[in-house]
Amino acid sequence: MTIHVKFFASLKDKLNLEDTTVEQANTAGQAWDIATDNADRPSNVLVAINLEYAQFDDTIKAGDEVAFFPPVTGG
Amino acid sequence: MTAQIIKHIFDPWQAIAKHQEAANLSQKFGATATFVGTMRDFNDNADVSAMTLEHYPAMTAHYLEKLIEEAKIKWPLLDVLIIHRVGEITSSETIMLIACWSAHRRASLDACNWLIEELKHRAPFWKKETRPDGERWVEKNTDGL
Repeated sequence: MTIHVKFFASLKDKLNLEDTTVEQANTAGQAWDIATDNADRPSNVLVAINLEYAQFDDTIKAGDEVAFFPPVTGG
Repeated sequence: MTAQIIKHIFDPWQAIAKHQEAANLSQKFGATATFVGTMRDFNDNADVSAMTLEHYPAMTAHYLEKLIEEAKIKWPLLDVLIIHRVGEITSSETIMLIACWSAHRRASLDACNWLIEELKHRAPFWKKETRPDGERWVEKNTDGL
């Protein structure tokens, strides 16, 4: 079971992580814990599963792409 | 209905004219509402000479298309054009353009306003500013007032 995990913007810099994979994660929150080696999760971090906004306790499955990023600032 | 993410400088007014002509909207629309976002040379009381716009490419493309589809359901729009820059941007350059065409003014005005607010609050873009004391990620958008 491979989950693709991505980090963006300030979160990417802070964690020094961009693209990685994790095994055996059942939720987005577990994917964070495994990918970051249990780093503290800032309260404002957003999560997307397969390009859609999601929650940290949402279930993930093999092949899913989970992304973590700070509040957006485009426009 | 088009959403584009581009790395190069663009002229929003030329883009509107070109899109309008290509979409063959002549004589169909009675209203065009536009929003053009331009980079300021200041933010939060500090000088800003340039910025880098990062994005989540797959999700950004997906999200902008989704926004346009939602806008089409909410309002009777004839066409929508969204162009958003990524990469290096310097002050006075256009960051983004939203243009909405409709038969009557209310649909295009309301849709344009809704699209910019949705984009600013949900589309996965992030700004990193270049200031005299170094680079800084923008933590949140201004409230727009």
